[in-house]
Amino acid sequence: MRLSDWGGSPLAATLGIALAATALAVPKESVPPAGGDPARSRAAFAEIAQVLRHPRCIACHTVTDFPRQGTELRPHDMNVRRGADNHGVTAMRCASCHTDANQDSGVPGAPHWALAPLSMGWEGLDDHQLAEALKDRAKNGNRSLEDTLRHFAEDPLVGWAWQPGGDRQPPPISRQELVRLLREWIDTGAYGGQP
Amino acid sequence: MKIQLTINDRPHSVDVDPDTPLLWVLRETLGMTGTKFGCGMALCGACSVHLDGELVRACARPVGSIGGKRITTIEGLDGSAIGRAVQQAWIDLDVVQCGWCQPGQCMAAANLIATHPQPTDADIDAGLSGNLCRCGTYPRIRAAVHRAAELARRGGGA
Repeated sequence: MRLSDWGGSPLAATLGIALAATALAVPKESVPPAGGDPARSRAAFAEIAQVLRHPRCIACHTVTDFPRQGTELRPHDMNVRRGADNHGVTAMRCASCHTDANQDSGVPGAPHWALAPLSMGWEGLDDHQLAEALKDRAKNGNRSLEDTLRHFAEDPLVGWAWQPGGDRQPPPISRQELVRLLREWIDTGAYGGQP
Repeated sequence: MKIQLTINDRPHSVDVDPDTPLLWVLRETLGMTGTKFGCGMALCGACSVHLDGELVRACARPVGSIGGKRITTIEGLDGSAIGRAVQQAWIDLDVVQCGWCQPGQCMAAANLIATHPQPTDADIDAGLSGNLCRCGTYPRIRAAVHRAAELARRGGGA
């Protein structure tokens, strides 16, 4: 018997466990045309940006001292704070409530659940700024574009966005399609928006 | 499934579904009812316990995920000097009203003082903001955390 059977709210009882997302294969690089293909690259990034701006991503890629929550991206309930290591503050750590998997209780979870560092805050960025943020090693966790592609394809916390549990909505395109678009974006010169 | 747990420095063996929340195991399987059920959704903090010293919500922690981590509940709070200081401060300042949330408040306070020996009001407000009290004893809780920290710095509670 589980907690939701004996006392959790009816909502909690209806929420199922979503398993950690499986990593996707990283598509191989194609030979980029000289100078890339800016129009195609920007078109691909416009679709990628829909994912980056989706509440499942932005909730923890904030530019604030707190995570956000829900489709409306309200400040996280219980006055949760970012903390020095992006994992919350003492007695209110992310792991105080979030585990490696979504819970029957409705609490979402995935491995290394935490806020993205402030340098990876995406709130309010236009397409060009988002593309630059993904490419800038000072803002992307010192990743090459190939590293970034692998992050999107393989990181289980990224994958959670497509298996968020409960009535949470995933991003508008599949993870597989996102990875394909990222491959295309990189191979066509990694252009995004207009400066 | 047989699961071995270490609770308040004592070994326990329970035969439960590994998905069962720790809170259910504590209260219903082991009869340790000091840890309270509030919301069942990690929203209120009443079920707070320590796992290897870190504060967690027992209602949102599948017992099968605990492994060899040491569990400390309100029944074992007096096993540390900080825990005894928290107990003494709560008595000294008569913090409790209805009392339902207070085991969780005490566990959160002990966790906070362990890493913030001299917490500020801001530290307390941020660290205990996930522990709700419907009676509104927050001013006394905050004062008691300061008092407990002071007692702990002097070497513990009674």
